[in-house]
Amino acid sequence: MKQTTDKGFFMDEPLIFERSSSGKRGVEPCQSDVPDHDALSTIPKAFLRDAGDGLNGFPEASELDVVRHYTRLSQWNFGVDTGFYPLGSCTMKYNPKVNEDAARLSGFTGLHPYQNEATCQGALELMHDLEAYLCEISGMDAITLQPSAGAHGELCGLFMIAAYFKDKGAPRHKIIIPDTAHGTNPASSALAGFKVVPIKSGANGLLAPEAVKAVMDTDTAALMLTNPNTIGLFERNIKEIARIVHAKGGLIYCDGANMNALMGLARLSDMGVDCVQLNLHKTFSTPHGGGGPGSGPVGVVKKLEPFLPVPRIRKKGKRFTLVNEGDRPKTIGRMKAFYGNFSIMVRAYAYIRRLGAEGLRRAATTAILNANYMRESLKGDFELAYDTPCMHEAVFSDKLLSGSGVATMDIAKRLIDYGFHPPTVYFPLVVHGAIMIEPTETESLETLDAFISAMRSIAVEAKTAPELLKNAPSNTRVSRVDETKAAREPVLRWRA
Amino acid sequence: MPYVSLSDKDVAHILKTIGIDSTETLLGTLPDDLRIKDKLNLPDGLSEQETMALMRSMAAKNSPVGQGGLSSFLGAGAYNHYVPSTVEHLAGRSEFYTAYTPYQPEISQGTLMAMFEYQTLVCQMTSMDVANASLYDGASATAEAVLMARRVTGRGRVALSGALHPEYQRTIKTYLKSASEDITEALFCTEAGTTLVEAADAAMGDEPACLVVQHPNFFGCLEDVSALAEAVHRKKGLLIIVVTEPVSLGLLKPPGEVGCDIVVGDNQSFGNALNFGGPYLGFMATKTEFVRQLPGRIIGQTVDRDGRRAFCLTFSTREQHIRRERATSNICTNHGLCALQAAIHLTSIGLGGLKALSRVNLSKAHYLRQRLLETKVCRPAFSAPIFNEFTVRLDKDADAVLQRLLKKDILAGLTLDRFYPALTNHLLIAATELNSKDDIDRFAEELSNS
Repeated sequence: MKQTTDKGFFMDEPLIFERSSSGKRGVEPCQSDVPDHDALSTIPKAFLRDAGDGLNGFPEASELDVVRHYTRLSQWNFGVDTGFYPLGSCTMKYNPKVNEDAARLSGFTGLHPYQNEATCQGALELMHDLEAYLCEISGMDAITLQPSAGAHGELCGLFMIAAYFKDKGAPRHKIIIPDTAHGTNPASSALAGFKVVPIKSGANGLLAPEAVKAVMDTDTAALMLTNPNTIGLFERNIKEIARIVHAKGGLIYCDGANMNALMGLARLSDMGVDCVQLNLHKTFSTPHGGGGPGSGPVGVVKKLEPFLPVPRIRKKGKRFTLVNEGDRPKTIGRMKAFYGNFSIMVRAYAYIRRLGAEGLRRAATTAILNANYMRESLKGDFELAYDTPCMHEAVFSDKLLSGSGVATMDIAKRLIDYGFHPPTVYFPLVVHGAIMIEPTETESLETLDAFISAMRSIAVEAKTAPELLKNAPSNTRVSRVDETKAAREPVLRWRA
Repeated sequence: MPYVSLSDKDVAHILKTIGIDSTETLLGTLPDDLRIKDKLNLPDGLSEQETMALMRSMAAKNSPVGQGGLSSFLGAGAYNHYVPSTVEHLAGRSEFYTAYTPYQPEISQGTLMAMFEYQTLVCQMTSMDVANASLYDGASATAEAVLMARRVTGRGRVALSGALHPEYQRTIKTYLKSASEDITEALFCTEAGTTLVEAADAAMGDEPACLVVQHPNFFGCLEDVSALAEAVHRKKGLLIIVVTEPVSLGLLKPPGEVGCDIVVGDNQSFGNALNFGGPYLGFMATKTEFVRQLPGRIIGQTVDRDGRRAFCLTFSTREQHIRRERATSNICTNHGLCALQAAIHLTSIGLGGLKALSRVNLSKAHYLRQRLLETKVCRPAFSAPIFNEFTVRLDKDADAVLQRLLKKDILAGLTLDRFYPALTNHLLIAATELNSKDDIDRFAEELSNS
């Protein structure tokens, strides 16, 4: 293994397989206190690994090697705890530490999903109450906590919508999706067996009732929209749109990814929404884990309730119990084994209880306030995609960059040099070179100002010193990464 | 107010900058008839201390497994294993857990390299060529594998072993709702407890997309994977092997060496607590030739502008944010932190540790089975060899026995008639390194007394 120090404390680190050396021992498993069972005495030799099988170079490292390895890796990462993370549509708010402590209580972590119901009443009560809180916040009639993520929730909702029409004896085959939608919306629709009918949003960034009316027919199962939409604007015509869709017997699916703007301010049920997924890892402060796990509960109106996945939680007197398929003949079945991402639910439950109604409302209004501050402060330096007050996020285009030779991606990378995680870029697709900034409610004015100042400097640099942007980032562990090479010459694993 | 970082002075400054008098003005973009007039009907907010006290009181209403609580012999897709201290301390570093999906590789090399290593570990254990960076759980991963097999083969028919975890079977059926007539069941042999090759052959028809077999199967029995591989390959379908207890991979011939085309399963056993069923860790590995059909995130190795080794998300043209309705899957958020935990667990115990862990599990289960059979209260339900889980048939009412043992703080296993009505008084029982000899002896003793 080569010397691992690059520049002072800016250390290099090999792959764990390259740190490995034969015969090293890490954390040893316990000594067995029962007689050693000879595998060959009961299992055919052909079913067993060869004695000397090294599992293709499986690592052998000391405990300290492992500790240093992952500690170093963590130092190459940027998280919300490291700094400002205004990744639009992802709601990178602070993940409260008390939630982490709660989720690590052994009374939660040590529960087996099949243990007797009498021995896990606290867990069932927590899930039951969380369902009730989410119903109250969204206005929906019933909630399932089973889906593992937002996209999983979308799929669950679309399965229920398909089942609803099938149950009525008149299956429908199309889903209308606006051009501002997250990529998961059309992908989930296709996976659920629907044909996607794309429609354009209007010049004001909003969906026009006429556009919906033009394509809505009796073969359309649902309109899938995000509210506030991905431009950060509230779909003001949603009630009218819902009326048009409902008049033809269709349903409204809302992608609830942006619910952080609405908590305590407006309910989806009042807008005519029939089905929505909530992202506990966005709105309800659970951490993103470097890519998950999240949790994507789905709320529905009464007529979709029979189709919810099993099991359901019921309260009978003071006891909580699980109700299965036998008593739920119309259920779509299961989205996964067991009951959902329970430890994520624990965090979301702690968050809701800590904030209460006032706190949730304050979170939403502050998120809106911060986004509008961003919008107002940067609109002289960057072109706003739509010049109207926004909800939780502000979207800019690359229009003012034209002719500079600098692209949105260069701005994103330059922000890293200033110590910020870049916003979401090139999404939504309807905005050219989009820069989507979602500050969230948890950031301080000083942080917002520092970011604004960085963006302004970058706007100047784009004109005066564009190479600074094109060569960015320059203060990171690696310089700009060649993503094209990764796809063209795939190396997807280490090999001995 | 918790978690908001603005003072009243800051709010005033922001309002002034925006050019409005009050936050209410901003909320004017919400149509009046859609505004909530009063406040939400939720319990009042709590201080942090009160929140933690509340959470403790909720947790105290449960009886967890281990830690002087319940002595558990439950498995069935959720296994109670010892998690090394390194896992909590390293995966608990918030640079890892407060990051998003690594879209910006220059400031995400930690997550990316760890996931690249995790993909490698999965390949090493399964002897497959490539693995993705995780899916949700074993059941949904198996459903994704079935969809993938259909894309690869261009065929519809899906044969599921009857000894595949019933909740996995149910998940696949939900995912394939629009084509449920294409799902057939390959019956298991009621004597051996394993999938009958002849039954698999019949279930597959002439043109199967895939045969799905769990190994060790739901009853704990080891399948003859080579024979099943031959049967499905004769018809040019794919063999999907499902592994719900990956500790077995330290001992058993890896799926890649016995004819498997796609391996899926759940890596919860490594680094992830029981957590009442989630989050767990769906994994998927396959052959190089099928890599473009893999669902989920994949991390690749590349270089930066200065030629240094670097890692990034790759093959994203398969994914929803690029390909939208033509994507291989809709998955976006996966279970990255669970994968990190598994990787830390596996690298902490290393090659020797994994093999030793497998042997201890095998020994514990065989000792437990022997002790239980000695009681004469139960008989082996099936004759096939086992790893760390097995099925017995009781000579008395299984539910009553479970209740009596629960009074002695023992979770004796899972009654199988909840999934298989014909398997009355059958108990599925697992043992891991966390079941001590004393616990096992006590279980046997209480069973004879029951």
